[in-house]
Amino acid sequence: MLLRLMPTVVLALLAGPILAGVAMVLLPAFGHLPALGGETFSLAPWRELLDQPGLARSVSISLASGLITTALSLAAVLLFLAAAADTRLDRWLHRAVSPLLALPHAAAAFGLAFLVAPSGLLARLFSPGLTGWERPPDLLIVQDPWGLGLMAGLVIKEIPFLMLMSLAALPQLDAPRRVALARSLGYRPTIAWLKGVAPALYPLIRLPVYAVIAFASSVVDVAMILGPTLPPTLAVSILEWFHDPDLEKRFLASAGAMLQLGVTLTALLVWWGLECLARRLGRGWVVNGRRRGGEHWLSLTGRGFLVITTLTAGLGLGGLALYSVAGFWRFPETLPTTLTLGHWQTALPLLGGPVTNTLIIAASATLLAMLLTLATLESEQRSGRRIAGLSLLYLPLIVPQIAFLFGLVVLMETLGIRARLALVILAHLLFVLPYTFLSMAESYRCFDPRWTRLALTLGHSPNAIFWRVRLPMLLASLLTAAAVGMAVSIGQYLPTLLLGAGRIATVTTEAVSLASGGNRRVIGVWALVQAALPLLGFIIAMGLPRLLWSNRRGMQGAP
Amino acid sequence: MTSHTLILDEVRLALGGRTLMEIDAVIGPGEVLTVMGPSGAGKSTLLAMIAGFLDPAFEARGRVWLGAREITALPAETRGIGLLFQDPLLFPHLTVAGNLRFGMPRGVKHRTARIEQALEEVGLAGFGPRDPATLSGGQQARIALLRLLLSEPAAALLDEPFSRLDRQLRHEVRQLVFDRLRRAGLPSLLVTHDHEDAENAGGPVITLG
Repeated sequence: MLLRLMPTVVLALLAGPILAGVAMVLLPAFGHLPALGGETFSLAPWRELLDQPGLARSVSISLASGLITTALSLAAVLLFLAAAADTRLDRWLHRAVSPLLALPHAAAAFGLAFLVAPSGLLARLFSPGLTGWERPPDLLIVQDPWGLGLMAGLVIKEIPFLMLMSLAALPQLDAPRRVALARSLGYRPTIAWLKGVAPALYPLIRLPVYAVIAFASSVVDVAMILGPTLPPTLAVSILEWFHDPDLEKRFLASAGAMLQLGVTLTALLVWWGLECLARRLGRGWVVNGRRRGGEHWLSLTGRGFLVITTLTAGLGLGGLALYSVAGFWRFPETLPTTLTLGHWQTALPLLGGPVTNTLIIAASATLLAMLLTLATLESEQRSGRRIAGLSLLYLPLIVPQIAFLFGLVVLMETLGIRARLALVILAHLLFVLPYTFLSMAESYRCFDPRWTRLALTLGHSPNAIFWRVRLPMLLASLLTAAAVGMAVSIGQYLPTLLLGAGRIATVTTEAVSLASGGNRRVIGVWALVQAALPLLGFIIAMGLPRLLWSNRRGMQGAP
Repeated sequence: MTSHTLILDEVRLALGGRTLMEIDAVIGPGEVLTVMGPSGAGKSTLLAMIAGFLDPAFEARGRVWLGAREITALPAETRGIGLLFQDPLLFPHLTVAGNLRFGMPRGVKHRTARIEQALEEVGLAGFGPRDPATLSGGQQARIALLRLLLSEPAAALLDEPFSRLDRQLRHEVRQLVFDRLRRAGLPSLLVTHDHEDAENAGGPVITLG
């Protein structure tokens, strides 16, 4: 009975806080916030917002970041999938997708920053030999005013996301047969994929693409590390206003959050327009009969892009590790002259609290998310009907975090709820649940129904079957989904900062707050710890089933 | 084990108003009724209806009785109907003995001894702790049969259980299955499109379509 209500409960749990949060931002944006003396509606917050210096620039960079990041990531993923054959390089790139997805945004951003900064690894590698630089050049590469560093940092993380979503959708399309058919008509493999598979794939990954647009146009932590500073992106400005000691700025921040919602919506609309355009132009291109031409160039671009982003992420991590143990390190030297464990020793006593907090929050949010996910999927199985309104799952991923989390904070303050840890966990749940669900749903729905029927004819109740058949047989996917959930939670910055009222320190909030300080050695330690935690989860998720089922050949390599 | 009669009382299955099949039959204890017909004739649908997991898209009429007990509307797990599938479907996360134990009703005494004895009877003594995935096709088929028998059903449904075995093995397994079902006194319904199956079953044959 309770189980039958689960889908409704889950959807309400996701949509409720978001709607409430947006509502509680909307009111102060028009001057209504009784707690701060805003009793009447007015346009004053908006006038103040429009008077902010550099607002237009902030907005354009947010908008551009949303669209360009998405376009580049999507193009890279599609071109790679079109060109991918079963070579060793391709298999290696495929395998790198999951760990890259687990890598927190902040750690990836720091890694990139350490790599490309004027005194970073790349500059050292080619100096003074190629560049002739004896001292770091006076260039603003990281935090450049155009937001290029920001977009590059985002692309590194969004490619694995879109790749995984595409790989999950592809089995529905029977791509190998489509390609084989097109090839039998004389199309080159890459062109065959782009003309025969890509147009059918895109509708299946449209929502993840929208999530990327929304994320890239409103991200906070990556923008604080790689984004421009004078002025920063809109989302970062909003956070600064919100944290201003002058509480009157809350009105300004709320108006800003509404504007952010508008910016993200605009980015989505522009993308939708581009979609229509691409469809119109693409239709002619698909059937224009050209079977070859450019395929070499296309496949090189796809592979090259992926190799570069994967290598960048990997080298970035290496850079973090190197800086965390670097002693004396003069500029053009490629490697540090001395190595030291000093930074680790200094950081170690400080790590305990944040690491514990991170794990408590991640474990609680993931546990809740897994319970809700399993209950929803099990109720779906028993009723035999697909849940309607499943696209609502994407709501927390498409509404910009900064636009509704403020409202939630204001709401909780108004209600006088101060259970900060619980609130942080619930806020994380909003973002963890969509991922655990998406990652679990496929294997749950593909589970051979004959196992259930067989167990029924052997006299077992549906509940017994859930515990004794379905759960053990799906253990591997269960653990993977949990690891994904943990990774998502560990990487969260804004929900922890806002709902924890800045009092709950996790490795992510600590690492990001170090960004402005610029002590690379300390950052190296924290970012590395931040990157290691989710990876640990994935190692357990992959190792445990192998250990448990070491004597069961039928469970090896199970989904 | 008490023997029963499986009665299909004017059963009629339809999909979207179109009748797929009609059947009216009485299967006595130890008797095997064979239903033959091309794919799509509704054979599997009939088994699903009797076992209790008919897709709600189908309309089913008529009643199913096990002896004096009407089971038409009971949930699948309380019907007492055992099922042999095309594949042996041994649970990959359990041992051979675990699979057999999984099927045994609660309250059965001396489980381990009974499992050991059952394995011995089919020439698989000592196979209890084995991983089912390491067994040959014929061995797996025999374990699936034992699991069905140890679950003490009141009737058995066979869904082309021999079609995946090669010729030589098929003959052997078929003999064993029919022999054991007969000995257990179970009314059985076999669905197949192999004439040899029907001949070997030795019971009445209904041809559909």
